[in-house]
Amino acid sequence: MIINHPILGPRDAAEFVYKGDAALINRPDWQAADALDQFIEYGYLRDNPAGTHRELWFHEQGDRSWLVVTRDTVTHEITNVELARDVARKEGRSK
Amino acid sequence: MSYSGFRVIKEALTGHRGWGPAWRDAAPKEHYDYIIIGGGGHGLATAYYLAKIYKQARIAVLERGWIGGGNVGRNTTIIRSNYLLDGNEPFYEFSLKLWEGLEQDLNYNAMVSQRGILNLVHTDAQRDAFLRRGNGMILNGADAEYLTTEQIKARYPFLNTENARFPIKGGLAQHRGGTVRHDAVAWGYARGADRLGVDIIQNCNVTGMRIENGKILGVETSRGYIGATKVASCVAGSSSQVMNMAGMRLPIESHVLQAFVSEGLKPLIPGVITFGAGHFYCSQSDKGGLVFGGDIDGYNSYAQRGNLPVIEDVCEGGMAIFPNLGRARLLRSWGGIMDMSMDGSPIIDRTHIDGLYFNGGWCYGGFKATPASGYVYAHLLATDTPHPTATAYRFDRFATGNMIDEKGMGNQPNLH
Repeated sequence: MIINHPILGPRDAAEFVYKGDAALINRPDWQAADALDQFIEYGYLRDNPAGTHRELWFHEQGDRSWLVVTRDTVTHEITNVELARDVARKEGRSK
Repeated sequence: MSYSGFRVIKEALTGHRGWGPAWRDAAPKEHYDYIIIGGGGHGLATAYYLAKIYKQARIAVLERGWIGGGNVGRNTTIIRSNYLLDGNEPFYEFSLKLWEGLEQDLNYNAMVSQRGILNLVHTDAQRDAFLRRGNGMILNGADAEYLTTEQIKARYPFLNTENARFPIKGGLAQHRGGTVRHDAVAWGYARGADRLGVDIIQNCNVTGMRIENGKILGVETSRGYIGATKVASCVAGSSSQVMNMAGMRLPIESHVLQAFVSEGLKPLIPGVITFGAGHFYCSQSDKGGLVFGGDIDGYNSYAQRGNLPVIEDVCEGGMAIFPNLGRARLLRSWGGIMDMSMDGSPIIDRTHIDGLYFNGGWCYGGFKATPASGYVYAHLLATDTPHPTATAYRFDRFATGNMIDEKGMGNQPNLH
């Protein structure tokens, strides 16, 4: 698989480490009343879809950026690549 | 029809005209007591033991494709019970004992071959870990022997024990481990279940579940609605898809694992050998091909095929211990979809929906578990209580902190 890195251009997926569902960006609030339940879901449960999947890839052998890759889990086709930083900021994280 | 040596001779003399199909091509009925979703090794074994040991009837196995077309025909055929933890080892030892009596039980030649498995050790720390594992196995009634480098050299002279980076310091052997002809396991269980009246319904894709007031009533399929008192999911890599029909999210990711076969060679490797520094395991099939594999590709996939970097990685691991492997040509490679659970151990449990049961999360160790998985799942279905060897395989162990994490690596879906 070739991941089209937003800064570095097309790179071999072997340079990256797969880090799971991009929903993991949304770490629960540890002060919430139901934080325990939220963290059990966050830590263990996954949607695991057959089809379009937004997922985190860490460019360990490259610039060490985190990416959100939109990929089809049935065909392995990659349709979108974003910097995880941009995605997280758009969703109101890391303020 | 029973199979026997006499029967083979008789058929040979009469032009092999007397063999019938090994199982009926059943059409779905309106209602069953038990519907097992998934006609793989585990599903067929479940149906077989449910009928044979637990004396249940009106059982159907629904298979989306054909019998033997899923992971039961896509693995590296290894059987063993070399686990460490109390939640696992009694279960896998139970499975190995069932393998030992399987062919007589099924009246089917599954080519169970206890040629032994050897886990190589390359560092002092690894030696300590494997000694501990071996002791855990012995405490649970399994066999384990620690072999020194000299003993390994005598048995496997082709191994590169002097590798500068990964010298072989010893190894943990389980002599009762070995290999089984994987297709024959599916066919043998299918035939055995069929002979006990189980309907095996192929080309029957489950598309939905009918659930009312927290109770399951039946399943929608590509061959129409089928009612059931109890529905049991047993679909490996498709676990999340099937349980999603009941609105459940699972502690599972589906990943692709590749396996490989070389061209046929004369007898070379007399057992199963695993490399302890990289990840590589290898045995030789009776046809002569070296059957080997390594790590999963590492990303969510339902594609039943992998990518080249893992092929390179696996072959590098092989070359590190078997330098002679480089002279053999790779004949085939293929991929199967693994239901990777968050602690590397399976789940066999009831769900919050009355009458709906789940068996999955086998990661890439499901084949060796086939007989016990079927047996304990049948126990759960028939009695609504877990089998004594499978009490730890609960859904709620992630929430209660009772994970069965063989390697102590925490929650990540890339363990086995």
